[in-house]
Amino acid sequence: MALLEVRGLTKVFGRLVALGGVDLTVGENEFHGLIGPNGSGKSTLMKCVAGAELPTQGTIRFAGCDITAATPVGRARAGLSLKFQITSVLPALTVYDNVLLALQAQSSIASLIFSRTRGSLHEHVMHLLAQFHLAQRCWEPAAALSHGHQQWLEIAMTLACKPHLLLLDEPTAGMSLEERRITGELLMPIKRHCSLVIVEHDLDFIRNICDVLTVLDQGKVIDSGTVGHIQSSRKVQEVYLIRV
Amino acid sequence: MLEDYLTIFVTRVLILALLALSFDLIWGYSGIMSFGQALFFGAAGYGVALVARDLGVASIFVVLPAALAMGLVLSLALGAFLLLGRHPPTTIFIALGTLTGSYVADRLARSWYYLGGQNGIPSLPPMTAGGYEFAEGRLYYYLAFSVLAIVYLVCRFVVRSQFGLALAGARDRETRILFFGYQAQKLKLTVFSLSGAIAGLAGGLYAFHDGFVGPNMVGVVLSTQIVLYALLGGVGTLIGPVIGVVVTESAGFWLADSFPKIWPIILGLLLLVVTLFWPTGLIGLVVSEQERIGSFGRSSLPPRHADTGVSNGTA
Repeated sequence: MALLEVRGLTKVFGRLVALGGVDLTVGENEFHGLIGPNGSGKSTLMKCVAGAELPTQGTIRFAGCDITAATPVGRARAGLSLKFQITSVLPALTVYDNVLLALQAQSSIASLIFSRTRGSLHEHVMHLLAQFHLAQRCWEPAAALSHGHQQWLEIAMTLACKPHLLLLDEPTAGMSLEERRITGELLMPIKRHCSLVIVEHDLDFIRNICDVLTVLDQGKVIDSGTVGHIQSSRKVQEVYLIRV
Repeated sequence: MLEDYLTIFVTRVLILALLALSFDLIWGYSGIMSFGQALFFGAAGYGVALVARDLGVASIFVVLPAALAMGLVLSLALGAFLLLGRHPPTTIFIALGTLTGSYVADRLARSWYYLGGQNGIPSLPPMTAGGYEFAEGRLYYYLAFSVLAIVYLVCRFVVRSQFGLALAGARDRETRILFFGYQAQKLKLTVFSLSGAIAGLAGGLYAFHDGFVGPNMVGVVLSTQIVLYALLGGVGTLIGPVIGVVVTESAGFWLADSFPKIWPIILGLLLLVVTLFWPTGLIGLVVSEQERIGSFGRSSLPPRHADTGVSNGTA
């Protein structure tokens, strides 16, 4: 059974039809790329899946449960995690505290007040930071990190709660070529325990890490399939004048 | 005689500092703007005054817990109304909601005969503990000082805990932390109630210190005054609001002496200048941003450089 099943998803803002009946299926341990021109509805689709927007019509099923109307908190607790397009680490807090904040999210208020989990989570925080090459800078405020490092920090934070599905909206925006390459390397190991839906403009990047691609245009799915299939799809070439 | 007057003045400052601390806990640490702190302060003050007047109970072991509980219950009720809901409420909504609450309480206190109307409830008996009587003066000063010290330590424990970290998240990026799975509104309601309990405790102390409660104790003026005191001293630190109260009250004390006619104007201008041009308050002059934020729930871990050393090895 698929991990994420989106069926007939429609989102209307006033007169604008941002999504016009989108279907999307993401399997277990699958890296799924969403591509399409600007304004094709990629970000809106991500927001509907994450719970930041409620769809006008259609259903979203995650791990067998209907989450179409669930709150963001409910979705997070079911194992869904996301990184928005805009970097939103907490700039004033240290890098360490940013990760701890994400890790302790599901502790009860009482255990938070008495700091009961700080000891047991310490190893976990340092492990995540080491994995994302941030361990040496863990006591600096997040604001002191470069844009690329802030993106890594945020990916580390989204992975903190061990999600089953991670949604990444343009994780490599503003990164250098070298940083993009490393980001790809950082993401590959999570395939063992997590699926990924990723929106990205860098087509080389997305082709390297994704198993399946879905192409959106004007709120509709143009085509969906393996990277090889999409590269040879005529429908996609009609929309996308550049080579995928 | 002067010494007595000074003791009374300082005791009053300590009790108001308690109220300013309660405001700072929710605005400085959690991003909830409350113009209703005097509501919890005054309501608890009236509550214990009624208990003393109608039931004849003035034991400290009843008065202080009762004041605390009244502040807690009232803030829990108002907080549940303002903070819970499908979407996180805006700062303006909460500010107006608490302001309205404070205004309503003021009107109610002024017009309800049972509460003494404009005159309030005068001549409360002194608070007692066994054979002792806490009248105005040195003993009450020690009492207020101890309560402030204990509350300060409790607040410090809370804001430096992992809960404090979660509150910082709710303050700076509320919508973001929802997607981590935080029930941000429950976090805020918890801290709002804690703050209400502290304000209530302060109200109980204030009522028995003055031996009198009146409508000014619940009103918008005191609520606003506390906000300004805290902003002046520096929100987001625990010592800031205490400094704010001490400075403003002392400045008022001194200015009233030297410039008896225009002192409220001078004080007003002073507050205006500091709150507009020093967003970090007076405390911002001595403490850096980094120190102000501090760290959370890590007191038992090895020092920083040792930590980084370990991580160098694993990176």
